[in-house]
Amino acid sequence: MNASVPAAGQGSPLCARLEGVSKLFASFAALRQVSAALETGRCYVLIGENGAGKSTLLRILAGLLRPSFGTVTVFGGFEPQDARARIGYMSHAAMLYDELTAQENLRYFRSLYPGRECLSPADALRQVGLDPDLNRPVGQYSQGMRQRTSLARVLLSIPELLLLDEPFSNMDVESARQMVELLAGFRQSNRTIVITTHQRDLAAPIADWVLALHAGRVASMEPGSPAVGLRRWGDEPGRSTR
Amino acid sequence: MSALWTHLVKDLRIEWRSREAINSMLFFALLVVVLFSLAFDPQAAFAREIAGGVLCVAILFASVSALNQAWAREIRHQVLDAQRMAPTPGAEMFLAKVLANFLFVTIVQAILAPVFLVFYNLQILGDGWKLALVLPLGTWALVANGTFFAALSIRSRNRELLLPLILFPIFIPALLAMVLATGAILTGQSDPTLWIKMLAGYDIIFTTASLLLFDVVFHAE
Repeated sequence: MNASVPAAGQGSPLCARLEGVSKLFASFAALRQVSAALETGRCYVLIGENGAGKSTLLRILAGLLRPSFGTVTVFGGFEPQDARARIGYMSHAAMLYDELTAQENLRYFRSLYPGRECLSPADALRQVGLDPDLNRPVGQYSQGMRQRTSLARVLLSIPELLLLDEPFSNMDVESARQMVELLAGFRQSNRTIVITTHQRDLAAPIADWVLALHAGRVASMEPGSPAVGLRRWGDEPGRSTR
Repeated sequence: MSALWTHLVKDLRIEWRSREAINSMLFFALLVVVLFSLAFDPQAAFAREIAGGVLCVAILFASVSALNQAWAREIRHQVLDAQRMAPTPGAEMFLAKVLANFLFVTIVQAILAPVFLVFYNLQILGDGWKLALVLPLGTWALVANGTFFAALSIRSRNRELLLPLILFPIFIPALLAMVLATGAILTGQSDPTLWIKMLAGYDIIFTTASLLLFDVVFHAE
């Protein structure tokens, strides 16, 4: 895998800001008073047990959910709902049509971003290590291949904020390592990545910050230790606003 | 290529490969027509009078089985979320889905109509060409509403029950107009123009309302 995407604009140093964000599903509080500031060009890894609120937080950042309380802004003051085209969201589900091939899926999703610079479907598939000429419906792919195709779909629109929900699930260690390399290249083009995972070690090489969620709250926010080979020259660790 | 065309091509391609919607509708509709022909004496004079109703109800029930699945693929692997993230308006996706469903139901009608005429030994006594207005207008009313309400009920656990519960009462005016117009054409005893105009008006009102409201439904949590 390699990453060759255009660099994001050097606008606000903050890519996203959450202030006192809570999310209620009926009487269940999935998130409680979460505040965080995500700097542009950093990789944040969210860890926590099942039900800690990781996926909910990602969906709120993606603009797919609205917080019950608190505010979320991205790219210097936009609501996520108004900036969805600049955000890439990969869920643990494939978000692809089983009946279409990977190329057909990607061509379809690419055409939903008119006027936006996008990768070609073939390039996106090559970046994630898949053969663009593979003429099989996605429904016949292995879980790992579906996961890669899903990542290709997200990379297609060259998002400035990349939200990945459990990207390493169903992947063998080598494929996961290749995905981390790809994401490292992506981050180096000044784009922000937020990853939720149970496999902290896999994401460790690109993690600038590790946020631990517990029962809907940010339990800790620690600097990560990006691997030297994957880190930008002269890069300084980010700082927490909490 | 506009997003509408993109969505439509995708829906047609998927149906071409799976043939789920057309096959399920066709077999269901054929079954209803055959069962009704066994229940009533198709040679009787009143067969012509009830034929319009039987045809419309067969199409209605068959379409609901397919409309219930209209958004199933989008839900199955959270494709809908990927579509919600894209900057294109949801109304185009809705319209493409309606067009695709309209095409599927029309194909079923084209196969069903000759079978129906044979089974019920029908001779069209009125202006037969007006059926070419009544059936598409009625079908559009059904699929436009059905596609919208199927989208409305996708987040419900009982969506397969919910769709007919919402759709049938709303569709009653169009169904009545469709049945009465079809009956008038088959028997030749009255002029179906008023019912055809009513169907056209119904289509315009409900399609416009659905297009205006779809983005709210589409982006609902």
